[in-house]
Amino acid sequence: MKTIINNLLENSIIEVRNYNLYYGNSRALKDVNILINEHEITALIGPSGCGKSSFLRCLNRMNDLINGCKNNGKIIIGNVDIYEKNVDVNMLRKEVGIVFQKPNPFPISIYENVAFAPRTFGVKNKSELNKIVIDSLKKASIYDEVKDRLFSSALSLSGGQQQRLCIARALAANPKILLMDEPTSALDPISTAKIEELILALKKEITIVIVTHNMQQATRIADKTAVFFLGELIEFDTTEKIFTYPSNVKTENYITGKFG
Amino acid sequence: MLSSQKRIKTHYSSLKVFSLISVIISLIALVGIIAFVIINGINNVTYDFLFGKYDNTPSIYPALIGTLNLILISLVVAAPIGIFSAVFLTEYTNLNSIFMKIIRVSIETLAGIPSIVYGLFGYLIFVVSFNWGYSLLGGGLTLAIMILPVIVRSTEESLLSVPNELREGSYALGASKVRTIFKVVIPCASSGIITSLILAIGRVLSESAVLILTIGMVVNKVPETFLSAGTSLALDIYYFGSYGYPNEAAATAFVLLILVLLINLLAYAVGKFLKKGGNYSENNY
Repeated sequence: MKTIINNLLENSIIEVRNYNLYYGNSRALKDVNILINEHEITALIGPSGCGKSSFLRCLNRMNDLINGCKNNGKIIIGNVDIYEKNVDVNMLRKEVGIVFQKPNPFPISIYENVAFAPRTFGVKNKSELNKIVIDSLKKASIYDEVKDRLFSSALSLSGGQQQRLCIARALAANPKILLMDEPTSALDPISTAKIEELILALKKEITIVIVTHNMQQATRIADKTAVFFLGELIEFDTTEKIFTYPSNVKTENYITGKFG
Repeated sequence: MLSSQKRIKTHYSSLKVFSLISVIISLIALVGIIAFVIINGINNVTYDFLFGKYDNTPSIYPALIGTLNLILISLVVAAPIGIFSAVFLTEYTNLNSIFMKIIRVSIETLAGIPSIVYGLFGYLIFVVSFNWGYSLLGGGLTLAIMILPVIVRSTEESLLSVPNELREGSYALGASKVRTIFKVVIPCASSGIITSLILAIGRVLSESAVLILTIGMVVNKVPETFLSAGTSLALDIYYFGSYGYPNEAAATAFVLLILVLLINLLAYAVGKFLKKGGNYSENNY
């Protein structure tokens, strides 16, 4: 049976079974089990160093880039075991995009930034490329701000605009799932609000997993919330339940600010 | 307490004076050399001397052509090898592995070898073993080996200065390693890489010891092919100086000095110009 992702994932359901992650000898994730539904926003919360960012980066194998990183267990996305040997990692990352904490636009034009992924996957036709770039910029609600300067450097944008550009860049790959690693932690409240709005709008089309330190943010946007503590997933439920009747005492302590 | 503070202060001020004197001495040396070369050389630089035929009066035209050939040969050979060695070292190996350390020590050793030793090597390989005789090609290849460590080292530095976030950003969009290197890493490091190439040209311009043993110092004939013997500007200074043409030597030195100055200005300008659009670290990190 072949499991190469040579085209598209069947769906965007993420199923993680007994997943462990090690950096050298230290265990960053312990027996994580979770089932993330399609077209939902899932927030990952927990104190610093609890493994939530590490977990997020496992979902499109960004951790492969780190030396001495080992894992076991299964992550199944759209019926494909993504750690299977014959999975094309590049196609996986096209299907499961990620936006990082610090905006990292390439030091080239705004247009070229967004066109990077389509070009990677062989889109050469000029009008097709234009359409993808403009659509992606619109989806990331930054088009109106940059439409007059698509060919100026991406570094001329403000921090919040750069982050939305990075989202547009990720969307241009047409992913089924978008992972976001504290996308608003470096931004001011207005930019944060814009990005939250945008995340809610994107939910119709894609599944979103977002790491956040901001609990209000989780309650504002997330359908489900997963709480990590020292590498373990201690609670996973609807956001409402987590923030009103947490079943785990550590969750309660964390969300009420007793530690973290 | 007070007295010790005072003592430290005098200590500092004497250091300041000493530093100032050092700066002045080195400035005098530099200005002195430049002034000497200009005063002695400028009057002897004529059109015939630069581009005329070498018959009764000496001309550096063969040397200009020879130097140009040497730059061309050495860069065409050393630039791709040097750049891709640096790419291999930074992108494909673990920075702290033993393998890397061995390579790095080798490169540093290569950079420290006296140029006359390179010359001897070139002589034994290209002139004797390959039986090319004295040739620009042999000289150019020897120079290529000599500037290789310069290019590798500085290219490596510029590649390492490309923030990892950009590599991650590229991988995250599904780009392969090769695409990441060619579309993100090398373009971001381009100003540093080009500057290093220009500085390597400077090394080629000013080299003489290597060439004495490899290209034959034929000062009066314009080289016809890469396999002809020839001369370079630096070699001409040596030739004019040792065979009784002090004015011509000074004039050649003047031309060489101007060229080196131009090369350095170009390196500076390129670094500055390319960085304007592309220096990620200054804008974002």
